[in-house]
Amino acid sequence: MSTLTEAAPPQAIPPDSGQPAGSAPRTRRKLTPYWLLLPGVAWLVVFFAVPMLYQGSTSLQTGSLEDGFRVTWHLATYWDALVEYKWHFVRSFGYAATATLLCLAIGYPLAYTIAFKASKRWRSVLLILVIAPFFTSFLIRTLAWKTILSDGGPVVGLLNTLHVLDVTSAIGLTSGDRVLATPLAVVCGLTYNFLPFMILPLYTSLERIDPRLHEAAGDLYARPFTTFRKVTFPISLPGVVAGTLLTFIPASGDYINAQLLGSPSEQMVGNGIQKQFLNVLDYPTAAALSFILMALILGMVTVYMRKAGTEELV
Amino acid sequence: MTEQQSPAAVGGDVRLTGIGKTYGSFTAVHPLDLTVPQGSFFALLGASGCGKTTTLRMIAGLEEPTSGTVLIGGQDVTALPPYKRPVNTVFQSYALFPHLDIFENVAFGLRRRGRKDVKKQVEDMLELVELGQYARRKPHQLSGGQQQRVAVARALINHPQVLLLDEPLGALDLKLRRQMQLELKRIQTEVGITFVHVTHDQEEAMTMADTIAVMNGGRVEQLGAPAELYENPATTFVANFLGQSNLLPADVTGGAGEDLLLSAAGARLTVPRARCATEARRVHLGVRPEKITIEHGSAEVAEGRNRLAGTVVDSSFIGVSTQYLVRTEGGQEVTVFEQNMERDARVVPGAPVVLHWNPAHSFALDAAQAIDAGTGEAAA
Repeated sequence: MSTLTEAAPPQAIPPDSGQPAGSAPRTRRKLTPYWLLLPGVAWLVVFFAVPMLYQGSTSLQTGSLEDGFRVTWHLATYWDALVEYKWHFVRSFGYAATATLLCLAIGYPLAYTIAFKASKRWRSVLLILVIAPFFTSFLIRTLAWKTILSDGGPVVGLLNTLHVLDVTSAIGLTSGDRVLATPLAVVCGLTYNFLPFMILPLYTSLERIDPRLHEAAGDLYARPFTTFRKVTFPISLPGVVAGTLLTFIPASGDYINAQLLGSPSEQMVGNGIQKQFLNVLDYPTAAALSFILMALILGMVTVYMRKAGTEELV
Repeated sequence: MTEQQSPAAVGGDVRLTGIGKTYGSFTAVHPLDLTVPQGSFFALLGASGCGKTTTLRMIAGLEEPTSGTVLIGGQDVTALPPYKRPVNTVFQSYALFPHLDIFENVAFGLRRRGRKDVKKQVEDMLELVELGQYARRKPHQLSGGQQQRVAVARALINHPQVLLLDEPLGALDLKLRRQMQLELKRIQTEVGITFVHVTHDQEEAMTMADTIAVMNGGRVEQLGAPAELYENPATTFVANFLGQSNLLPADVTGGAGEDLLLSAAGARLTVPRARCATEARRVHLGVRPEKITIEHGSAEVAEGRNRLAGTVVDSSFIGVSTQYLVRTEGGQEVTVFEQNMERDARVVPGAPVVLHWNPAHSFALDAAQAIDAGTGEAAA
């Protein structure tokens, strides 16, 4: 018997055939990612980096509208702004944090229900309902809350009958028989307006959870609530982190809710910035306030991410 | 919540009585009775959608039966939620907790029941499945085979009275699957727990199980030891699904002592009465391809053997054996597996051949059944 060593020798491939004559196509391929990045980078430079630099320089200027502003490296503007608006900052973060917690408390059960309990068809209907408020302008929706919470309106009437307002007044959330122009109204508005930003990331992270994990936990002696505590919630943490950030960050900078639903004593930093920019025309103070707000948010988010990060985001 | 401290001491029989499941107008499982004796390795075998997984899930408590009761070790658990049943499941895609490391995955059941000495038990269990050094890895950092062993460890550590396995090897490649089959069998022998194993792989079922229940269309077609099911199938589905069978339409023409006389494929054949599963006059005569001897048409055939003449249509060499397709004089096609020992060089496509086999290797089934039941999935 002869062995078939000669059968069909495979076409020998020269070792350098991976690089056909010239390296132009390779270079082009290497550059492709950068070309794809270009529009985004250009957008960021024009609409974020340049304005930031401009705003930075504004915050270091002194002068007035009549005499013109000049960069004088007057850092005291920052300190003065912080001192003047410290309670605005406290309220901003206090209201935003409360609204974020309320959003989580309202949004989590809702997202959970949509992800696990609703049928396929209902799921999309419910999700559309979640984002339906976006079809109307932010301003209109907030104005609507003015009507909802108006003095002598049904909501206030009901809360009064149930003596809820006595409790909220005692802890300083409302005053007297009013809801409008109180911290409660502002928090309600913030909660309502930012709720979808909480629900959507929560839903995305919950929806990805394999229902068999619930069965496995049940099979391993976990009662339904333990299953939630030990399996569902930890796995949904990335959604919780994303949702809280998406709610907290814009809520701390918001001024519409405080302006329409609050009184001067509920004003947030956003109102201060708006006033400095548009009414007082003190641009350096307005710019400094914006920077302080940004820095504080950045600091808080970093701490928060560190803390949440220890749970290890899957 | 009552818990058996040493389940092995208590009877771990699984007894299903009249258990059935319907979804609207669709019957997933027709009411069935099944007893899985303590300590046995029991396989539910069938094609996808045959109701085997539903049956398993009803034992686990993950599916509520429409009718019937589930008894485990003499205790009626029909109304108990999964977390109160003395069973644990190895899920099809393992369902390991992605946010917990291997150690915590395995410890999950013990922690839920507030057991002491978790560390020691988990370490011992990880040793048993040879994953000791992976304790602090996350599931996604492990290979499929390792994840599978974690899933087994996570279930076994709870010393369930019954371990349920839902196609646990389905996601593994062939070689690893063979290895894990032996591994699971070893573990089962070692711990002595009742295993109920759901699979669509007939070879897997035959290698591992002491008893197999072949399911089809929500019913148990036949129940028995692997060899018994293979040698003596009761229905055409079992004959075709478990291995391969030649089924020839035949008429019963009479009897001779212990044997029935049949006429099939233009020949007179016999089958022992004991291997005839029906009283009907029209039957399917079955014989496994490897029981048939194929010889050149001129060969002499000993007296008393079933004999069919035909022509080779096709032959394919598959190493250990050669597979022939032969058209008989009656027009039926018969498959023959012949060991590659002493091959007759004249047996090639087109050649006249004679097929013969011991009548004791034939079986007869009621011709009222579809002759090709179970063939579709048999190749899988």
